[in-house]
Amino acid sequence: MDIFIQQVVSGLATGGIYAALALALVMIYQATDVVNFAQGELAMFATYICWSLINAGLPYWVAFISTLGIAFVGGVVIERVLIRPVENAPILSIVMVTLGLLVICNSVAGWIWTYVQKPFPSPFPSNPFKIDNIVFGAHDVGQIQVTLLVLLCIYLFFRFTPLGLAMRAAAHNPVSSRLVGIRVGWMLALGWGLAAVFGAVAGMMVAPVLTLEPNLMGGVQIYAFAAATLGGFTSPGGAVLGGFIVGVVENLVGTYVSFIGTELKFTVALAMIIVVLLVKPTGLFGSTVVKRV
Amino acid sequence: MSAILEVQGLEAFYGRTKALHGLSFSMAKGGITTILGANGAGKTTTLRSISRMVRTTGTIRFEGEALERKATEDVVQLGIAHAPEGRGTFVHLTVEENLKLGAWGRRERGNLSEDFERVFGYFPVLRERRRQAAGTLSGGEQQMLAVARALMLRPRLLLLDEPSLGLAPLVVREIFRILKTVNQTGVSILLVEQNAALALDLADHVFLLETGRVVMEGPSDVLRKDDAIRRAYLGY
Amino acid sequence: MSGSRLPRIVGLLALLLAACTLPFMMSNFRLFQFSQVYIYAIAILGLNILTGYNGQFSLGHGAFYAVGAYTSAIMMDRWNISYAWTLPVAGVLCLIIGFLFGLPALRLEGLYLALATFSLALAVPQILKYFEHWTGGSQGLVLSKPSAPFGLKLNPDQWLYFVTLGVLVLLFWLGSNLLKGRIGRAIVAIRDNHIAAEAMGINTSLYKSLVFGVSAAYTGVAGALSASVIAYVAPDSFNVFLSVTLLIGSVIGGLASISGAVFGALFIQFVPNWAQDISKAAPWAIFGVFLIGFMYLMPFGIAGGIRLLWIRATRSRVQQEGRSAVPTQAHTTT
Repeated sequence: MDIFIQQVVSGLATGGIYAALALALVMIYQATDVVNFAQGELAMFATYICWSLINAGLPYWVAFISTLGIAFVGGVVIERVLIRPVENAPILSIVMVTLGLLVICNSVAGWIWTYVQKPFPSPFPSNPFKIDNIVFGAHDVGQIQVTLLVLLCIYLFFRFTPLGLAMRAAAHNPVSSRLVGIRVGWMLALGWGLAAVFGAVAGMMVAPVLTLEPNLMGGVQIYAFAAATLGGFTSPGGAVLGGFIVGVVENLVGTYVSFIGTELKFTVALAMIIVVLLVKPTGLFGSTVVKRV
Repeated sequence: MSAILEVQGLEAFYGRTKALHGLSFSMAKGGITTILGANGAGKTTTLRSISRMVRTTGTIRFEGEALERKATEDVVQLGIAHAPEGRGTFVHLTVEENLKLGAWGRRERGNLSEDFERVFGYFPVLRERRRQAAGTLSGGEQQMLAVARALMLRPRLLLLDEPSLGLAPLVVREIFRILKTVNQTGVSILLVEQNAALALDLADHVFLLETGRVVMEGPSDVLRKDDAIRRAYLGY
Repeated sequence: MSGSRLPRIVGLLALLLAACTLPFMMSNFRLFQFSQVYIYAIAILGLNILTGYNGQFSLGHGAFYAVGAYTSAIMMDRWNISYAWTLPVAGVLCLIIGFLFGLPALRLEGLYLALATFSLALAVPQILKYFEHWTGGSQGLVLSKPSAPFGLKLNPDQWLYFVTLGVLVLLFWLGSNLLKGRIGRAIVAIRDNHIAAEAMGINTSLYKSLVFGVSAAYTGVAGALSASVIAYVAPDSFNVFLSVTLLIGSVIGGLASISGAVFGALFIQFVPNWAQDISKAAPWAIFGVFLIGFMYLMPFGIAGGIRLLWIRATRSRVQQEGRSAVPTQAHTTT
């Protein structure tokens, strides 16, 4: 039982990372029908920036917050400069641009920081702590707290601020949004900025565990896809919940099902995607869009 | 009376297709003008041209200011509110959120509670449903919401596209009664309608469009008595 | 376009003739690269038929390529069957598998189909490694290049060049006939307005599954050819990157376009090499820049871009002659 709880908590920790990245994917998809394939690589790039700031002597949390700011600006700039010129092109063409961005990010990161793995610090104490004989890794628990805090802030932002309302409106009905005076283009840019922030959080939380290298987010991105598929690409809340579920399931399957070693864990994510698509493609919380003919 | 809206030689294009062929009209400040015409005559296109949602050539002046180079969002900020064809409700958002968004384009934001009171005064049913998702409202209620949202802007010109479409006659009459009241507070209204009888009742000036051109115009009491109009558009 | 059929046919024949002379002018390595281009073009045409003409997004065509390649490899390696016979077998096998895959895929639209095919593409290397007994596991299978028949004085690379060119011409001709006729129009109708197509009496489910099958068959034949041309198959060559590369080639070349498949194939074969010449340190960054640049300049692909230029050129000429403009075919190019 103790092991079970430990694995669940551990799964929630990784799940939080998948949730953050899945949220980023879903936010952009909802607003533009485009899946940003470069989301993970942008997160990796942001993590490297944090690493550089820490190496330059900044305290961890200062570097962390600064990186969030830089990621936000980066996301806004990328949308305005790279995506806007093709916003009216066919969807696949825009997807190609995100693929190009993916490849550029990965390659430039390797060029600037080399492909040698670098250790990335964790802001949490290294001694695990115990509650009633159950051992919890401090990083895991800290990770869950950070992720939940970020998610809470975002929820409050979208639910209660005028800007959050305008962003929701712009994603949901751009034509009507323009008619009430919302600059839809800038709302999209803000969306990309926020998505970049979530990605950066995910990257900086996972880097201490996986060690920092240009292919850091490759596997995480696949799990994020699984999370978004499970929760529903049309539901941000669903994507977040999906992330936590995927994290826990991945961990439990890895622990309790004997023939699933670390390589096949990956297959579990793929199997989840296929099963969801066969049974309910729109995910647990997604809704089918009813189109008038 | 001064003109709040002046349109000269307006041509509108959907891709390479021309939908308006050199439309010219002007609208008096404080008045209610209606544009009548059959399907495809270009009525909706005219409103969309003013809101800059479609490519145009020709001039459009609002209170003397040229609109041709402006974007939709700028036109809203100038004080033109457009309740589009199909209502354009934000269906997943609540009634209250829809109304809040209506005020987004205002230059001076200020306290919204006055505006909420005014709008709920016009349409009490919206107050009852204020926390409901807008998509769950009936057709008539959504139309009221569309007008209310437009009014949240405190517009000087209200563009309405077929507010009667798909609604029961009693509901339509109620909405048109409110529109008369709104107009009396100084809001000019440009109304596009297929329901000629109601529109002629409400408006003081009428334009008749046919395939993108103005074929007749004049005060509504005069046109109401015109035989041709009666036969073609009023059905008797 | 009917008035200008003769110039087009002459043009294509001239290209074909030029292509046939290349083996006597280029190094074996260049020939190998061009054979690879023809193979990619066939695979990309398969993808174009499915995604461009029929609107079903596939991010997993590498899987069919792999099936074709391994079918050919196993037949040659295990049972000593000549490479020529492996091509139709790979084609038919992929036709069936594609059709069977197309059936459940009917329920998935756009993004969801893309996700499903993407997941399959990710799983392919692992599946290949799992069935070691047949596939030779991670080490793969080493094959030998066939030599020219009838004692022709051609080395294997030259012979394979002609083989791939020949298969390309045949499959493109078949594809062209298919897409330009009634069936092609039905396929495009399904893409443009599913419901209207159904209402007009087109059996959309059957067509969509068949299109999946045909698309898979083309890509499978391409894979089978690649087994001979590269003379080696290994699971890691058929990872998700292959599927993404084919999709890139498809979009860059022009999705609903037959000639686009060739342009796309040229892009994915040569641009990575140029990128490496430009920058040894970050070649993929250069590739990414090329990719983005092409999408800015030609969002409808190279074939789409050419078509736009052609329309502008003919429109100005025709306006001068005072006739109405040439009616444009909305979504398809040749």
